[in-house]
Amino acid sequence: MSAFNAIGEEREIDRDEFTPGVEPQPTWCPGCGDFGVLKSLKQALPEVGKTPEEVLTVTGIGCSGKLNSYLDTYGFHTIHGRSLPVARAAKLANPDLEVVAAGGDGDGYGIGGNHFIHTARENHDMTYIVFNNEIFGLTKGQTSPTSPKGHKSKTQPSGSAKTPIRPLSQSLTAGASYIARTAAVNPNQAKEIIAEAIEHDGFAHVDFLTQCPTWNKDARQYVPYIDVQESDDYEFDVTDRAEAAEMMRETEDVLNEGTVLTGRYYVDEDRPSYTEEKAAVGELPDEPLAERYFDDDAEWERSYDLLERHT
Amino acid sequence: MSDDELIWRIAGGSGDGIDSTSQNFAKALMRSGLDVFTHRHYPSRIRGGHTYVEIRAADREVQSRGDGYNFLLSLGDSFARNPQEEAYYGNEEIKPLSENLDDLREGGIIVYDEGLISEEDVEAIDLHDRAEENDWHVFPMDLRGLAREHGREVMRNTAGVGVTAALLDMDLEHIEDLMSDAMGGDVLEANLEILHEAYETTREEYEFEHDLRAPEGSHDAEQALLSGSNAIAYGAIDAGCRFIAGYPMTPWTDVFTILTQNFPDMGGVSEQVEDEIAAAALAVGASHAGVKAMSGSSGGGFALMSEPLGLAEMTETPVVLVESMRAGPSTGMPTKPEQADLEHVLYTSQGDSQRVVFAPGTIEEAYEQTRLAFDIAWDYQIPAIVIYDQKLSGENTNVDVDFFDREVSPDLGSTLTEDELREAAHDNSGKFKRFNYDDAENGVAPRSIPGQKGGRFLATGNEHSPVGHISEDPDNRVAQMDRRLEKLESIRRELDEERESTQTYFGDETADYGVITWGSSQGAVAEAIERLNENGHSVRGLSVSDMTPFPEKEVTEFLESVDEAMVVEMNATAQFRGLLQKELGRFGEKLTSLLKYNGNPFEPAEIVEGYQVNLAEEDREPTAQVRIEPAAGD
Repeated sequence: MSAFNAIGEEREIDRDEFTPGVEPQPTWCPGCGDFGVLKSLKQALPEVGKTPEEVLTVTGIGCSGKLNSYLDTYGFHTIHGRSLPVARAAKLANPDLEVVAAGGDGDGYGIGGNHFIHTARENHDMTYIVFNNEIFGLTKGQTSPTSPKGHKSKTQPSGSAKTPIRPLSQSLTAGASYIARTAAVNPNQAKEIIAEAIEHDGFAHVDFLTQCPTWNKDARQYVPYIDVQESDDYEFDVTDRAEAAEMMRETEDVLNEGTVLTGRYYVDEDRPSYTEEKAAVGELPDEPLAERYFDDDAEWERSYDLLERHT
Repeated sequence: MSDDELIWRIAGGSGDGIDSTSQNFAKALMRSGLDVFTHRHYPSRIRGGHTYVEIRAADREVQSRGDGYNFLLSLGDSFARNPQEEAYYGNEEIKPLSENLDDLREGGIIVYDEGLISEEDVEAIDLHDRAEENDWHVFPMDLRGLAREHGREVMRNTAGVGVTAALLDMDLEHIEDLMSDAMGGDVLEANLEILHEAYETTREEYEFEHDLRAPEGSHDAEQALLSGSNAIAYGAIDAGCRFIAGYPMTPWTDVFTILTQNFPDMGGVSEQVEDEIAAAALAVGASHAGVKAMSGSSGGGFALMSEPLGLAEMTETPVVLVESMRAGPSTGMPTKPEQADLEHVLYTSQGDSQRVVFAPGTIEEAYEQTRLAFDIAWDYQIPAIVIYDQKLSGENTNVDVDFFDREVSPDLGSTLTEDELREAAHDNSGKFKRFNYDDAENGVAPRSIPGQKGGRFLATGNEHSPVGHISEDPDNRVAQMDRRLEKLESIRRELDEERESTQTYFGDETADYGVITWGSSQGAVAEAIERLNENGHSVRGLSVSDMTPFPEKEVTEFLESVDEAMVVEMNATAQFRGLLQKELGRFGEKLTSLLKYNGNPFEPAEIVEGYQVNLAEEDREPTAQVRIEPAAGD
């Protein structure tokens, strides 16, 4: 029997399977936007036919990092900013795993910014959800890379002099092949986008606006969103890089004015994922590498065959 | 200082092909039945600058670069001639000759390239007077001219090898064979012509008044010429490692490159990534997903790996990291060896973090201990580090090919199959008790791999319950901590009782004077002890490979058996001696230190001298760049 029977199992999946018994109860504050991400993932995973055991969720640190404590899949709760390199390697080791990485705006766009750029440029086949509440929550309310200019906090008492990062535009520039923004206040759209992101072959980046009722009461995440696909005011082609870039720029500009635009911004179905690219140049084995360790018939090359060049 | 050995030094500018030429010449000597040992000296510069490779060859075991050398092939630094660089570097063609004279032994041979090094330059450095004083035999040859005549200027290396072979009365057979293996067509033909022309011209032009000849070799077993980097890479391959992630940094890059180049053929995966934090995190991720994985770096890059190292320990994800030391702090001296990252490797990362650290001292040990690191890491689910240095990384020695005749081990250690998972403990929600402390043997709780049915769990860097949920429960904390701590004790037990010792002993077992060392200084120490004992002294030596868990019993026995011991290491702060005293809690009054940290590895003579100064308690400093640190209380 295969070592990974949970992978590709076909059966009806109940979303309750993704809920871990009574314990642990989420430690998120009442009204926290993170509940929205958890809920949309629980809905999306069964919808795209994934079982809890074939999914590996990899998270960073912070409130967002606790996502996989409350979602019953295989999980790896890593360290601040490092979810992506761990997730990338797991995918390369076993491309059959469904890998979902998640973290916060400080975690993903701050300390993990370098990994974000490189994972996007390599177009690793995974979903990356960034809980964007424009604040450091678990460390009690410091300014984050997405906090607006002028944001006052204990660490920026005179108001932040920094222009916030533009995650959507940055993601596009770096090379992500699926880019969307959704918000916890809109569960239906969130579920659809997460499901699409999981099904997308390539790096799917979802900037997920989540409200922080405790530390960031002023955040625009509470403002009713406008879905750019549903609204007649915004027409653009999500497969056109230039139009997507223009739309992202506008979205990120108006967010500072209090208008929240969400939806799909860029979808490139043609760009091969990293596993495909790596296989094409002959640097990825045909069968999942992890399988070989459980396969008694696997042929293992020995180093002493390499000795000939040294004799 | 034996007369029965050849120590051939080829010097030139970086980029002049010194490395490849010396590799082939070393192999030719090895094929003639000799034991060889190479030593590389190079600047942190791509082209030009003074670089040399030394090859020591003898018909007996050679364990170090030796003391000084007896044959200089000085090519001239061709890159110093670049007119565009002249303003900056000045004229340095002479450097490969002028920079190398201090260590040339009496009666030694000098061949220099007249085509690049002018007579005026030679006069400016008083070569002829010095030659007379030291009884050197000087052979100016127009190597560049010879190369140009039959091929291209760059082939002057081949001319140099031809001259060498003639002067040493060597057969050209092995050199020709190796050339035929490495090249073909017109290039091979031109090189062969140059080789023969140089050989014949030398024999015709000169009468040989020198005594030095290539020693006769007598090896019968087939030999392979390997560097420490080769040995570590091949050890990893045989241990079943099939995933590596890294970021280039000298001298670790060698191991990274060797594995990267071989992995496509063996179904392995290599990733060059954005930084060392990512590199180690990738190794952790791949291991979590069920592949034997490794990463590594040199000091500066390893500093960045501190985070993923701690994560691997807390999540009990097996991983092997290699740390190739170079002189620090910070960027230090990128191409010079030092053994000064020991404390960095032992103690980096927060909390009561634990890892296993091996410090191989020879090419064979590098292979074996890399395998061992993988075995231990996967059996005990703990990070294992192989620490070595630029010296071991770059030196080449011959190893019996038979030494490698062993099986590949793709075994994932304490990892369950789906069948076994079905029987394993689960909690009410169906989650696998991955971090179960109830019946953990040796501190190890068996693990599952994502995608396995019935093995769902959460790995987290936070303290966690048996199924992996974050937990700050005091009882759970103590139980989990105690279980993890038990691993190192169990590993120590296994290393003491079930496996062959990785420590190496030398010399006279009954001696009252001990020399203790670690890592790549081992060879020079071994040779120094041999020499001392041959000269009527009584000294015993111990080279320690297990840095942690520390071989307390073995080292205690050794130190109890001697009245006094000298700790030899390549750093300025006596880090290994500090470890000895910390682990053993005594012997402070018995230990003195011999330290070297000028960028060059120990030569045996320096250790002999250190012993003499120490024992005679002479009130004098030893050789300029070696330092003696007295015993505690002195």
